[in-house]
Amino acid sequence: MNEEQKKAFEAELRAYVGKAIGPPVVARDPVNLPMIRQWCDAMGETHPAYSDEGAGETLHGQVVAPPTMLQAWIMEGWAMHEGYDEPRDEQHRLHKLLTEAGYTGVLGTNTEEHYDRYLKLGDVVTAVTTIDEISEEKATGAGIGYFVTTRTVFEDQEGESLGWMSFRVLKFKPPAGQQAAASGDEAAISTAPTRMKPPAGHDNAWWWQKIADEDVLPIQRCADCQKLRHPPRPMCDACGSQRFDSVAASGRGTVHTFTVIHYPQVPGYDYPLVSIIVDLEEGERMVSTLVDCKPEDCRIGLPVAVVIHEDEDGFKIPFFRPAG
Amino acid sequence: MPTTLRNEAAIAGIGQTKYSKNSGVSELSLATEAVRAAILDAGLQPSDVDGLVTFTMDSSDEVEVARNVGIGEMTMFSQINYGGGAAVGLVHQAVMAVATGSAKNVVVYRALNGRSGQRMGQGVSGQIITSDLIHWSWYMPFGLLTPASWIALQAQLYMHQYGATSEHLAHVAITQRAHAQNNPNAAMCGRPMTMDDYMASRLICEPLRLFDCCQEDDGGCALLITSPERAKDGPHPPAIIRGVTQASFTGQEQMTSFYRPDLASLPEMELAAKIVYEQAGLGPDDIDATCFYDAFTPEVLMQLEAFGFCGRGEAKDFVTEDSLSVNGRLPNNTHGGLLSEAYIHGVNNIAEGARLIRGSSPNQPAKVDHVLVTSGVGVPTGALILGKP
Ligand SMILES: [Zn+2]
Repeated sequence: MNEEQKKAFEAELRAYVGKAIGPPVVARDPVNLPMIRQWCDAMGETHPAYSDEGAGETLHGQVVAPPTMLQAWIMEGWAMHEGYDEPRDEQHRLHKLLTEAGYTGVLGTNTEEHYDRYLKLGDVVTAVTTIDEISEEKATGAGIGYFVTTRTVFEDQEGESLGWMSFRVLKFKPPAGQQAAASGDEAAISTAPTRMKPPAGHDNAWWWQKIADEDVLPIQRCADCQKLRHPPRPMCDACGSQRFDSVAASGRGTVHTFTVIHYPQVPGYDYPLVSIIVDLEEGERMVSTLVDCKPEDCRIGLPVAVVIHEDEDGFKIPFFRPAG
Repeated sequence: MPTTLRNEAAIAGIGQTKYSKNSGVSELSLATEAVRAAILDAGLQPSDVDGLVTFTMDSSDEVEVARNVGIGEMTMFSQINYGGGAAVGLVHQAVMAVATGSAKNVVVYRALNGRSGQRMGQGVSGQIITSDLIHWSWYMPFGLLTPASWIALQAQLYMHQYGATSEHLAHVAITQRAHAQNNPNAAMCGRPMTMDDYMASRLICEPLRLFDCCQEDDGGCALLITSPERAKDGPHPPAIIRGVTQASFTGQEQMTSFYRPDLASLPEMELAAKIVYEQAGLGPDDIDATCFYDAFTPEVLMQLEAFGFCGRGEAKDFVTEDSLSVNGRLPNNTHGGLLSEAYIHGVNNIAEGARLIRGSSPNQPAKVDHVLVTSGVGVPTGALILGKP
């Protein structure tokens, strides 16, 4: 997305703020004893106020529902799982908009509930959910994304307030190579430990993405004074520009220095591990791993060439091997 | 208002806990024990203390320590970043505060369950993306996960360029291990080391062997810093601070300044050297003993060059069997250092510097007028020169 596309996209997102996701949802059943009993069994809740045997003795004088059941009365059951491909309400449409823009991951982050009164048998709950807030784009540990907060207001049959609930999810772009895992495609999730992945931040995600998409070794270049820099960072220290593009490195270089790592042996890496600092032909230096070479054959000055390695989980990373 | 930090403050109190592999207590407990001991060692009461400084890495906040120890009103509190690079920076903060009157009596401290708690070099992860997290991500995916691996890259080049060998590194390790034999609080007391032991130790990250690397320990260490006038009234001879500075250099990264022209040198240490020598009006010939930061042995060789004890590439000739020992030209880490006393992130090396000036080191050389102490190597760092009153 260029700047203009991004603006248009965010304007489209913002249009959802304040919208009700659909018409009011009326509980399928009035507040009733069997559902309360089932809930309490599942939760291990034994307070007498929620049972017809002890409720008379409590200050309520009758059976009441546990306050935390509030949302349960209006849940629509299995139907909730549908709708994200064929949107049925505004929330589905918003999620689809984000998914199609690459924010494929979804993560529930927090919820808050507030209760006005205890529900009695026979109360009928009605709920209206609105899209309350969409955050600025945030860089998080899971990836870059937007926090979307909905607010659900609950009322009884008289239109009196019963309470409210806010629910926040993060819709995010999973870092390169982790799309499958984040989308919940279980077949693609490897259980074997893998190398530590870089977090996908504003200043570095593009570099890994370019490797994943184009199988090249990119070097960041100042879009104003053309100075190359590695590792990627937001500002050019020569001219102060924050505009950048990148060039594809030739992939040729020489070993500036190296170490052979024996200990500790961390799952996800092969040992002995030959770690190198490479002087790239273009003049920049980068840290990498030497492959296809016995540790004892590594030396300072060894000519090397890049090879884009792909882990079993699809993560791509630039390694080097002896050249020629 | 002073225009230089020379002679404006002194270390008047030293406090430390037992150093161990499993303290069995909280880091806050270690911190409070060390801080209280430093205050009492200076002949003061907790209510006399009005400033506290620690590492950003430390888990015991200043106010928590103050509440426990009985420190009341404080007018200065601060934390310094960059791991072991912070050690001298703590003293720098305290000296600035004392010199300007921002505080009268400042305690600097570091306490960690470095072995039994969160250990170093186990990779970096986190939930919030910071510039620091992205910095480490240029190394972690490639398997460069530990301080030893980062330093090894530099050590390999240094040794290749100047012909230094494992034997030269061994002299550093063996000398400090010998010092630890006279220090009952040293983790390696009772475990002397020979050249054969050293050579038989396993490779960690080539060229580094196990005995080139410091240990991991639990413990706390604190220092009380006050004005030279107030320090005169204390029970021990004060260690006057002749010069103190922090130092970071062009292209500085935390442990991975791999993109500078010359990887076989320590430009931030050269900067620190220039400033402390200037402040103190001293040069390398005036320094009688050193407490060089020694998380890894090659760091000591490179610092000998950065601080002008020998020319570039000549440390291998400077370091002999006894040059760094009590009777040698430059007794170094006479308590055992991070390698053989304990890894209290370099604050214990400053404590030894103050003991050398007091005359109470477990290995006290005959003449010590000036001691040079440094903090973390490969990180934004600092240097300190201590002198007799
Ligand atoms: Zn530029």
